[in-house]
Amino acid sequence: MSAIIKVDRLTRIFDVSKPWLNRVIERLPRALLTAVSEVSFEVEENSVYALVGESGSGKSTIGKIIVGLVSPSGGKVEIEGVDLASEKDPGRIDSVRADIQMIFQDPYASLNPRWRVRNIIAEPVAARGGNTEGLAERLLEQVGLSAADAGKYPHEFSGGQRQRICIARALSSEPKIIVCDEPTSALDVSVQSQVLNLMSDLREEFGLTYLFISHDLTVVRHMADKVGVLYLGRLVEEAPRDALFGDPKHPYTRMLFDAAPRMDAFGRDIEPPRGEIPDAINPPSGCAFHPRCPLAVARCSRERPEMRQLGQTRVACHLAE
Amino acid sequence: MTESPVLSVRDLVVEIPTRHGILRPVDGVSYDIHAGEILGVVGESGAGKSMTGNAVIGLLDPPARIASGAVLLSGQPIHALNGETLRRLRGKRMGMIFQDPLTSLNPLLTIGDQLAETILEHLDVAPSEARRRAIAALEEVGIPAAAQRIGSYPHEFSGGMRQRVVIALALCAEPDLIIADEPTTALDVSVQAQIIALLKRLCRDRGVAVMLVTHDMGVIAEAADRVAVMYAGRLAELGPVREVITQARHPYTAGLMASTPLASQGRMRLRQIPGAMPGLDALPAGCAFSPRCEYAQDRCRQDPGPTLSACGGRAACWFPLVTDTKQEVRA
Repeated sequence: MSAIIKVDRLTRIFDVSKPWLNRVIERLPRALLTAVSEVSFEVEENSVYALVGESGSGKSTIGKIIVGLVSPSGGKVEIEGVDLASEKDPGRIDSVRADIQMIFQDPYASLNPRWRVRNIIAEPVAARGGNTEGLAERLLEQVGLSAADAGKYPHEFSGGQRQRICIARALSSEPKIIVCDEPTSALDVSVQSQVLNLMSDLREEFGLTYLFISHDLTVVRHMADKVGVLYLGRLVEEAPRDALFGDPKHPYTRMLFDAAPRMDAFGRDIEPPRGEIPDAINPPSGCAFHPRCPLAVARCSRERPEMRQLGQTRVACHLAE
Repeated sequence: MTESPVLSVRDLVVEIPTRHGILRPVDGVSYDIHAGEILGVVGESGAGKSMTGNAVIGLLDPPARIASGAVLLSGQPIHALNGETLRRLRGKRMGMIFQDPLTSLNPLLTIGDQLAETILEHLDVAPSEARRRAIAALEEVGIPAAAQRIGSYPHEFSGGMRQRVVIALALCAEPDLIIADEPTTALDVSVQAQIIALLKRLCRDRGVAVMLVTHDMGVIAEAADRVAVMYAGRLAELGPVREVITQARHPYTAGLMASTPLASQGRMRLRQIPGAMPGLDALPAGCAFSPRCEYAQDRCRQDPGPTLSACGGRAACWFPLVTDTKQEVRA
């Protein structure tokens, strides 16, 4: 198995400063938000790699950088060995771009309400001048809708059906990689299971690779082969699914697992986690998790832990063993 | 429980007149909540769970209106109240926690002013005492350095802290009933756990009755004592949370459980309920779930929709499941 996506020390900094005049008058410095900080991981072909984390952990930003919607401030992303940000050959860029598609969270906002479903689905192919004859009809049947739906508009569909249309659109250019940014968060549970099953079926049928971005641990556990846990823009732990859920090494991962509501935890009384996610503009020194960490020692506030290998797991914690 | 319930809802029907006929987002719902109890109300979007909460507290947006049925607060009917009488009751005896903590606070007033306003409105105390109580309320919901933060504006708080302020606001006039409408949906997992623990503690310590509306079965399992499952405006199932989750009687509840990915389960195919919930303008004859139900028989499609009372109390289904559905479904 070879890595189809290689992310190497990826960093993205957003400038969230106030306008120039305000800064001069109020004597404010520039405010820089580090959304992604030196994240490295590899995604193997035909696997599901999940990124989990709470809001502000940088998981969506990583997804957007990988599909090319946001440019990195540092580090690089290689897809099939091509770094889209530095590659000069337009032919190679084009072929890689066609191999990667995205499914967004909100199926109400990601479909053009004035377009017919046929045009929405065929757009990725039509934009390259490909043949779109019968394409939308074929894809609609593949995602469990009917060919007759091609002439309808998005508002005629429910949330789950719209997400199926988004999936059909993502499939139309015959991609190898699909970046799924919270694909089921906007859906009800009974519809969520339909969409997750469909995504699993399509992965087997077309040999797809998914980068699956989610905050929902039960969904991630259901879908992923390998899971990366993000905290404040940093990758804190990465492991194959069973290793991660069976034996989480990083205290943040453990906290996340303990805090997640469970269907079998009737009247469970747990000590809820302490504190909240800190401000990403002024993150804590050293390990970003140390102010909330039950294990933190003096070294944690001084020194940022590097990723190290522990069995099957990679973990960024001084104390993990 | 022998004492009378804090909240009794009896055959509540909410109607919305439209050009195309009358829609019933809530249709014949009955339940009780006792002091110190958390009743979870779950369902998919459009099932009528928020509408039920709004009807109880008298916040239905016209043209929606209570068409029939009764809402009793400690035995006193409140569904027909309006204007000033209802306003006195709301906040004093019933508190409400909304989903989005940012839009439920006034951005132009400090949180201290907002709390004090509510306290002065409902309790007969001096302004200085109101301020003292506001600080106490903030301390109770776990806001550090409450005395200093009382002069802060809502935007100076994080999402989790804002939701704590909203809870303090709902609690500060010492109500008997709190309606929490998706209180943790906008929050992260770790903050959600804090808010749930807070709600449970307040419910236990103060004996407040809580109606917890959510779509998250995990939240219900952890927080609720009893759970009401809603489908297309009706109660599908009502019972103690452990029994409803592990031994669902209504096929919809069973399907909902089976389609939730479970931590203990490997990557097998999820069971799915075919189709989607019907729109209120296109409800099928008979049981609203019958078109999606794998056990549906002729009676389900023809007879008027089953109700809890007609079906023996636990599940509104003519052919309730009696086996341990969880094991059967997962086998």
